[in-house]
This record gives sequence, structure tokens and C-alpha cells, in this order.
Amino acid sequence: MSKNISILIVDDEESVRDSLYNWFIEDGYRVECAGNAKEALSIIESREFDIVLADIKMPGMDGLEMHRRIKAQNKETIVIVMTAFASVDTAVQALKDGAYDYITKPFDPDDLSHLVRNAAKQITLKAENEALRNKMNELENVEDIVGKSEGMLKVLKEVKSVAQSNSSVIISGESGTGKELIARAIHFNSPRRYFPLVSVHCGALTESLLESELFGHEKGAFTGAMYNRKGRFEMADGGTIFLDEIATISAKTQVELLRVLESKSFIRVGGNKEISSDFRVICATNKDLKKMVENGTFREDLFYRLNVVNINIPPLRERVEDIPMLMNHFIIKYCTAMSRDMVTIEPAALKRLEEFEFPGNVRELENMIERAIVIGNGKEIRLADLPMGKDIIYSSVESLDDLEKKYILQILNKYDWNITRSAKALKVDRVTLYNKIKKYDLSTGKS
Amino acid sequence: MDKHNIILIAHGQFESGFLSEIAEEVALEYNCSVAVQESQLDLMNFYEPTRRQYDGYKLLKEIDGMNIAGYTKKIGLFRVDLFIPILTYIFGQAFFKGNSGIASLYRLKNEQYGMKPDQDLLFHRFRKVIIHEIGHTFGLIHCHVPNCVMRSSTYVEDIDQKRHHLCCNCRSIIAVNEE
Repeated sequence: MSKNISILIVDDEESVRDSLYNWFIEDGYRVECAGNAKEALSIIESREFDIVLADIKMPGMDGLEMHRRIKAQNKETIVIVMTAFASVDTAVQALKDGAYDYITKPFDPDDLSHLVRNAAKQITLKAENEALRNKMNELENVEDIVGKSEGMLKVLKEVKSVAQSNSSVIISGESGTGKELIARAIHFNSPRRYFPLVSVHCGALTESLLESELFGHEKGAFTGAMYNRKGRFEMADGGTIFLDEIATISAKTQVELLRVLESKSFIRVGGNKEISSDFRVICATNKDLKKMVENGTFREDLFYRLNVVNINIPPLRERVEDIPMLMNHFIIKYCTAMSRDMVTIEPAALKRLEEFEFPGNVRELENMIERAIVIGNGKEIRLADLPMGKDIIYSSVESLDDLEKKYILQILNKYDWNITRSAKALKVDRVTLYNKIKKYDLSTGKS
Repeated sequence: MDKHNIILIAHGQFESGFLSEIAEEVALEYNCSVAVQESQLDLMNFYEPTRRQYDGYKLLKEIDGMNIAGYTKKIGLFRVDLFIPILTYIFGQAFFKGNSGIASLYRLKNEQYGMKPDQDLLFHRFRKVIIHEIGHTFGLIHCHVPNCVMRSSTYVEDIDQKRHHLCCNCRSIIAVNEE
């Protein structure tokens, strides 16, 4: 530990400087000396020191004034003042000015070692703490948001400026553009980052289930409510609640949501006690909420409550320049996850990807890359490894459902409607495949 | 390390055989020849009446300035209470990666702590201090291995805790420094 700690000794007495120099060198610290405050300040201007050990009484500028100047230059530097017994009052003044500690000359060897060791430990812990904090922030912030296109840079700029505020945010964008990632980035760059980020996928729940999920319920509130349960708003206290697919919530839930947003309090289903929670709301939708307001399917007052800031994520086809970077990101992600060597991409395959419309946006690209790594030769992604390298014809006007339907049909035909083999090729279970066949009303075409 | 010759320069009276035994131990530890020589230095020049102690830093410089041909490292041995300006006392000190060091047995004696004299214990302590200071001249810093002789010692109890040998790590550092 001591090898990385630098100490500057400032004392006008040569014998004191030499003794201290020798003492700390033997302990493995990096040590330099200065004979007066002026010399010390000029050394500090060119190099940073972790600890400055300074005598208080020196000719010219005294140790106290030097200490103030060092602190003005770098608040992090630990200053320990050395004093003769007679000037303890001055040392106390130094402590009031922010010195780490003082030590009276001559020192007990143990006191000196302890003092400097503790200071060194504090420096190391502080550095570790900062590194861990940075790591934590890095992990959760924006590493998965890949892109240098103008559109994405604008989004990231908006994320940065909105993160510090407490305002509600609506993130809009087509399916697969990464709305949840943006929500996470806002949360983990905000002052609320040390509190929970609670996500609710509104589209996946029925009205009554969503109500119970959001507000919680009391024991016996409905059949199956065997215990008291906290709602998502309660869980998000201090943090952020992310409501995905907000456009899907019913008119009744819209009213309740509006009330909660205005009062920041609610009552659990089946309960009678009002519960307060301090949360920030971030919503996401792939629908045009404004149009829904015009149509009367989404409450105008709720829309304006939520739409304080709107971040629109451009679809992938509008930021083609991000495709190579995204592709590399997914190659690293999946090759690492599958413990495989990194693969490259054939120029023809890359060209095809750049020309492709990606109706499923980044999610579709991600799936394509994952699939290509699984079925590929382990060295490079070839055109043949990409689904559009084969017979599937995509059109930008087709919906994701249409594309899914076509792809499933193609696989079924390929395996002569053998459900097990087709499901295996599609990487879904047989029940899912049956459900899809039913959903898209697919048939063999044979009578 | 056999290219080094160490001389222990004794100031004051030591028991007969005491220093030659230590010289043998030092020679074994550092694998080099170690000689003992008596010196008649006037220690009053180094006495600090206000502290009633002897200035270790001045003594170290005095030893360093001695011109003794044929020896690469010189260690002054004393029986008096040593201090340096910043510390209340020292057992010894040396120039880091230098050629000189000093050690005193004054604070190593049991009598200083109200205990019965113990000549054997004194021998072991003094031997460790000398080997420790020579280690600094070879460029060794304080070691964190609990029983390594290079572990920092503030009190005699600390000296008693460690062995008089260098740990493997310190040994390898010397080997690298000497290459």
C-alpha cells in the first residue's frame, strides 16, 4: 500500500527533513522534501502529493498559510502539521482549517507510523470507494446504449440533462429501440440512483392485476390475497418507477394513476390507510400518445402530467451508421456469454445488414447476431448465416407480426410441418409454436 | 552478496565474544565476510544535553564519513541512548541503499524496562537490529511478513516477535538489487 503513497516533507531544519525522509523511505513511501513553504508550493504545483507533512514554524510563509494554499489547490491532499509542544494552539487552528492531524515534536515512533499509516489507509479507501462508485455507475449507466449517430447522441444528451431533474419522462420509440435501457440510464444517472428502479410492464397485466401490482393489496382483498403485499409504487420509494407500455392501461387505471401522480399517495387494494411514496415516473410507449388523446383513448390530463419531458428514440433504419458499432457490441456480448472466440463479419453480410430496414430495430439486430453466432462457422458471420441472406423478403412496411408469421411459416415448411424440429429451429417450445400457428392461423396449404 | 565486506565498528565496551558472535550471525545471514573493529570516537560531540541523548543522525553521518578501506558497508555499534530530531528514541538507523548504519543496545536492555538483565535476550535483540539496519543499506524497506527481520519495530517486544532472518521476499529483493 505504502509504495503508492507520496509524501512531501516541509521543514526548514535539514536534520528533521533528513530524518523524516529516511524514516518514510524505509517504510516504502515515495518521499520528497522542501526546505520552506515557497519551495513546497512550487513542487506541489508540478506534482501531486497524497500527504504533506509540514512544520508550522518556518521562516517566510508559515505552515498554516501554506496549508491554506495547498487546500485551495487540492482539497484531497492530506496535511499533517508538525509542531513543538509550545505551539499546540496553532496546531489546533490548523485542524480547524481542515488539517488531517497534528503531531508534536519529537514524536513517539509509534505515533508517527500510526498517523501516516491511517492517513494512507484513508487515501487508499477513498480511491477504492471512488473506483467502485465509478464502476457501479459505469455498469448501470450507458454501456449498453451503443451509438454515435446524431440521433443517439441527441438522446444521450437529453438523458444527461433530464437525469438530474425530478420531472416525469415519456420515452417514445418503436418496439426494440431500447426504451428500457434509456429509462435505466436516466435512473442511474439521477440523484435517485441509490434507491430502487422498479419496472412494471403494463401491457402484460390485466386491469385488476395491474392495480394490485401498482398499489399493492391487503390480506383478503380478493381471492388468493393471502398476505399483505407492497405495490410497485411503494417499492419505488426514493427511486424511480418505470411504466412500460403505458398506452395499454385502461381508462380506470389512468384515473387512478393520475391521482397517485398528483398526490404521491395511494391506498392498497382492500386497504383503508393512505400510503405515501416519493418516486419519479418514467413511461415508455411505442404508440403515439398525442393521437390517442385526440382519439379519446388516453386521458389528456394524464398525458400532460406524464409528458413533462419527451425523449424519442430514433428507429435503427434512421441511424444506419450505428449498425457496425451495435454489431460489434453484440458479437462481444454473445461470444463472451457463449465462451467462444470472437467472430468477424463478412463484408457482404455487413453490407446487407446496413441496407436492411430492421422493423424490429436493435432487438432484431441483436437476435440476428446471436443466431448467426450460434449457427455460424465460429470464425466469421457470413451472409448465409443471416436470415435475410436466405429467402425471407422483408419490407419496411411490414409489421413485426407479419415478419414473424412469414418466418414461422418458412421454418414449418422447411421441416415439413414437423412441430418438434420446427420449434427447435425457432428456439421456442412446442406449446409456443402451436400458439403462434393458432395466432397467425397458419396451415400447411395441403388439403 | 559475497562481493560485500561488512565492518562492525564498536564504540564503547562490549562483553568479550559478544560482537564476534554477532559478526558470525550477520556473515551467515548476508553470506559475506564481517569484521569487528573498535573505535575511540568522542561521543560527547554528539551529546544533546536538552534531551540527554546522543544524536543518531550526526553519528550516522560520522560513520558514513569514516574511511575504512576494504569494506563496503560500515555499521557503528553503540551502548548509548540514540535519538533523531523527530523521534524520541531509535534502536538504530541506516542510509537506505547506502553504505552505513548504526545500532545501539541501550534501549534493548531489559533493565530499561524494570526487568532482570538477560544477556541472551540482549544478544538476540541486538543481532536483529544490526541485521535489520544492514537490510536497509541493501535497499530493503520495512516488510509486512510478521517474523521477517525487516519488519518495523517500535518497541523491544516487537523485536522479540520477529526472527533474525530475512523472509524469502526480502532475500529475493536483495538478489535483484545486487544483480
